Amino acid sequence: MNDRSPITEDELHAYIDGELPADRIAALEAWLASHPEDMAKIAAWRAQIDAIRARYGAVAEEPVPPRFDLEQLAFPDRSWKRIAAAAVVAAFVFGSAGGWFAHSGFDHMTGVSPNGFEAFTSDAVEAYRLYVVEVRHPVEVPAADAEHLVQWLSKRVGYQLSAPDLEKVGLKLVGGRLLPGPTGAAAFFMYENASGERYTLYSGRSNTPATALRYADNGPAKAVYWVNNDIAYVISGQGDRNAVHNVAVAAYDQLEKLPQKSGG
Amino acid sequence: MSGFRKSIQASIPALRRYARSLTRDAEIADDLVQDTLVRALRSEHLFEGEETRSWLYTILTNLNRNRLRTLARRPTLAPLGDNDAADMAGPESGSRDIERALASLVPEQRAVLLLVVLEGLSYREIAEVQGVPIGTVMSRLARARAQIKSFLDGERPALRRIK
Repeated sequence: MNDRSPITEDELHAYIDGELPADRIAALEAWLASHPEDMAKIAAWRAQIDAIRARYGAVAEEPVPPRFDLEQLAFPDRSWKRIAAAAVVAAFVFGSAGGWFAHSGFDHMTGVSPNGFEAFTSDAVEAYRLYVVEVRHPVEVPAADAEHLVQWLSKRVGYQLSAPDLEKVGLKLVGGRLLPGPTGAAAFFMYENASGERYTLYSGRSNTPATALRYADNGPAKAVYWVNNDIAYVISGQGDRNAVHNVAVAAYDQLEKLPQKSGG
Repeated sequence: MSGFRKSIQASIPALRRYARSLTRDAEIADDLVQDTLVRALRSEHLFEGEETRSWLYTILTNLNRNRLRTLARRPTLAPLGDNDAADMAGPESGSRDIERALASLVPEQRAVLLLVVLEGLSYREIAEVQGVPIGTVMSRLARARAQIKSFLDGERPALRRIK
């Protein structure tokens, strides 16, 4: 590297963070001697570092509270509440932590002030990823109790749901569950085809205007989203884009024939 | 205890420190750490890497992002600009300043700064934690430092001693 090249701001940061290559340190220090404005920056940044460490450094010296006992956390007692809480936590984190393994692009969404589309598709796809791999308990209420399932979920989301019949695209209802969604309760229906591929329908109230079908590609998981009468729907699946689209169209055709009540 | 468990155990104090600085709330921070540990333990069989540290920071960072996303859906704003005189005075005022300066950062920038200066992660490790190129880490770090500087410079007139 050319020792005489000007020092960049990135190098100033690298210098105080101990990341500057050794062969640039002398050049940088010489530069600082003749560039007081950069010297001042470094002094200010060092003061920030000191303040942050002074404020939070001691937290790591505190004794670790018993709640962090790993044996306990690995095998929690089987009480209802804890399992439910763990499921909620898992539902929230699965998409993102899964990305660590799958290297999908999904966890790169910033999502801090999401629009309805992002919030719904990200929650729906997270739920899809979480439950689609579940062999023994993919749903809370199985399709055998479909009538009860639809009534229960409709009551909780506050509008009349239906679990569309997707036999014509080769899918049978597996069942459904209630989930936390971007705007409150969300309903989640799972479908499966003969070869075991699963698709899910996720629905919740939305405050965004009606949309046509919109497509979201979150790595291996694909999603199609739409809003009608303040209700958002997301179909998620793992097939190719056309397969997911066909399922969405089949569901859309049936759901939009429903008499909608916005009052709930 | 397995090597995996031991390495997670050893990371707990640092995770608590990072979570505390990220959320500025001891309760929320410890909840995040607990969720991170539960998540990590459940994924023990999936873990193939050599060291758990960056992985734990990744889980915690994602959990916190999800938490903020949930909060963002509700229109509640943290009182960033509170001018409580009791807060501004006394020996605590310096640490309140840095807390509020950190609170003024967007979450990704705050996370980068804290991972660098508090947790000692390399730029490369942070790029992995956040799933972004290293150039993005650098620009977040630069913006974070500039924002904290201007926040503290802006605060100072109110606190300046009269000479």
